[in-house]
Amino acid sequence: MHQLFIIFIAAVLVNNFVLVRFLGICPFLGVSKRIDTAVGMGMAVIFVMSLASVGTHLVYSFILVPHNLQILEYAAFVLVIASLVQFVETVLRKTIPALYQALGIYLPLITTNCAILGLALLNVIKGYNLIQSLVFAIGAGAGFTLALMIMAGIRERLELSDIPQSLRGIPIALIVAGILSMAFLGFSGLVKL
Amino acid sequence: MESIFLPSILWLAALGGLFGVILAWASRRFAVEEDPRVDRVLEMLPGANCGGCGYPSCREFAQAIVEGKTTPGACVASNSEMVLKISRLVGLKVEEQRTPMVAVVHCQGGKKQTTELFDYEGIEDCRAAVLLFEGSKGCVYGCLGLGSCVNACPFGAISMGSNGLPVVDDNLCTGCGICVTVCPKGIIELIPKEQKIYLACSSHDRGRKVKDVCTVGCVGCGICAKVTPEDGIQMRDNLPEIDYQKNPNLVLAVHKCPQHCFVDKVKVRAKVAIGTDCNGCGQCKQLCPMGAIDGEPGERHTVIREKCVGCGICVLACPQKAIFTMGAVGYVKD
Repeated sequence: MHQLFIIFIAAVLVNNFVLVRFLGICPFLGVSKRIDTAVGMGMAVIFVMSLASVGTHLVYSFILVPHNLQILEYAAFVLVIASLVQFVETVLRKTIPALYQALGIYLPLITTNCAILGLALLNVIKGYNLIQSLVFAIGAGAGFTLALMIMAGIRERLELSDIPQSLRGIPIALIVAGILSMAFLGFSGLVKL
Repeated sequence: MESIFLPSILWLAALGGLFGVILAWASRRFAVEEDPRVDRVLEMLPGANCGGCGYPSCREFAQAIVEGKTTPGACVASNSEMVLKISRLVGLKVEEQRTPMVAVVHCQGGKKQTTELFDYEGIEDCRAAVLLFEGSKGCVYGCLGLGSCVNACPFGAISMGSNGLPVVDDNLCTGCGICVTVCPKGIIELIPKEQKIYLACSSHDRGRKVKDVCTVGCVGCGICAKVTPEDGIQMRDNLPEIDYQKNPNLVLAVHKCPQHCFVDKVKVRAKVAIGTDCNGCGQCKQLCPMGAIDGEPGERHTVIREKCVGCGICVLACPQKAIFTMGAVGYVKD
């Protein structure tokens, strides 16, 4: 239990996927203009990450390892994640239209996101079991949401600030992202893993 | 090497095949039946997602049309051709058509014409500026010129002119009314598209006060109300109110207004000419408010072209139908 908690905290703060590992930068800049879209995207990422970590873990430990095919992990994981997201999208649309409305537009964006693949690969590297993978995934998703929301909050304020013409838009967003990333380095001593 | 080559291909192919089958099954098992007309209606809609119809996006609106909850005419950016096409597609009877509207800005006090109370250096948005002493402009009714309407227009129909006042492009404006709600001064209004003349001032102040802050503001003299026939203009709180329902002849108001507060979108109005049918009855000479018709009784009258403004009053009055205009728009009634 203690270890699971540490994995979670480490994934949210210390090794934040976006700000420390630099995974999933594309939605970090793309969907961080407004807080409500950032929250939607974050929830979708948590959802997909949890599913993907379980899916990839099963494929890895029951198909790849027994046949000594660890070399295939990249290709197999991409396949699993893409199919899984597509499958969930189809099912959600039919069964829970409300949830589909909320997550729907973000799901295809996440399918090919490097943060998800990164998560699956990190699970393997760290040798987590199923429960640990799931906790790590939820933590990573929460960390992603946190980063996205902080960024969106700052960018909403930037909209109203007097920024030099040449820095408006993406340039100032990149500068802010850099400063945020440096700030998150402050968490590096929080837990030892 | 070979020991890993074949199994790799086989296992990956097997995985891919398995997922493919599952997805194919899922797409059938969980297929959501959607009316194909929704997509076709959506294609015909303007697609600006302006929300003027009351639905969050054009897609929801299309869905509602197909389900019969609303009619295509509810789209504020619609034109008659589009309404007709959609109605035909979903099997609706064509309803009465909406008069096309366009937005006009009831202010022409630009930077040169008006005074400023102070330098505003806050957020570049009228809605923010108005929080500070009703904005920096001397006239509390006037346009602040920070372009909230320009940014809000989903059709790109409003641009900021060089004098710091928004300019509406009639060809792009769909009359959705978003700018009307955005403007904190409430000086944008929708008027029927075929009406070419509007009042470009919103000041309810008395003449003296207006003249202190603006050189083109309405002083409330009421001349326009007097010269406009059929009570087309009525004075209310020191400001003329145009009743577009009556389709009044506003050309005279444009020319008689001492402050030049009216804007005529028709830049050059066609002047009248008197044909050979004229028997010199003199009715037109009497009626012409500009004194632009000359002639002796019993002889063919002539038009003093410098004085004629093209109001068309004489055209309607001539018993011989000898007076005509060419290419005139906006005021000649059938």
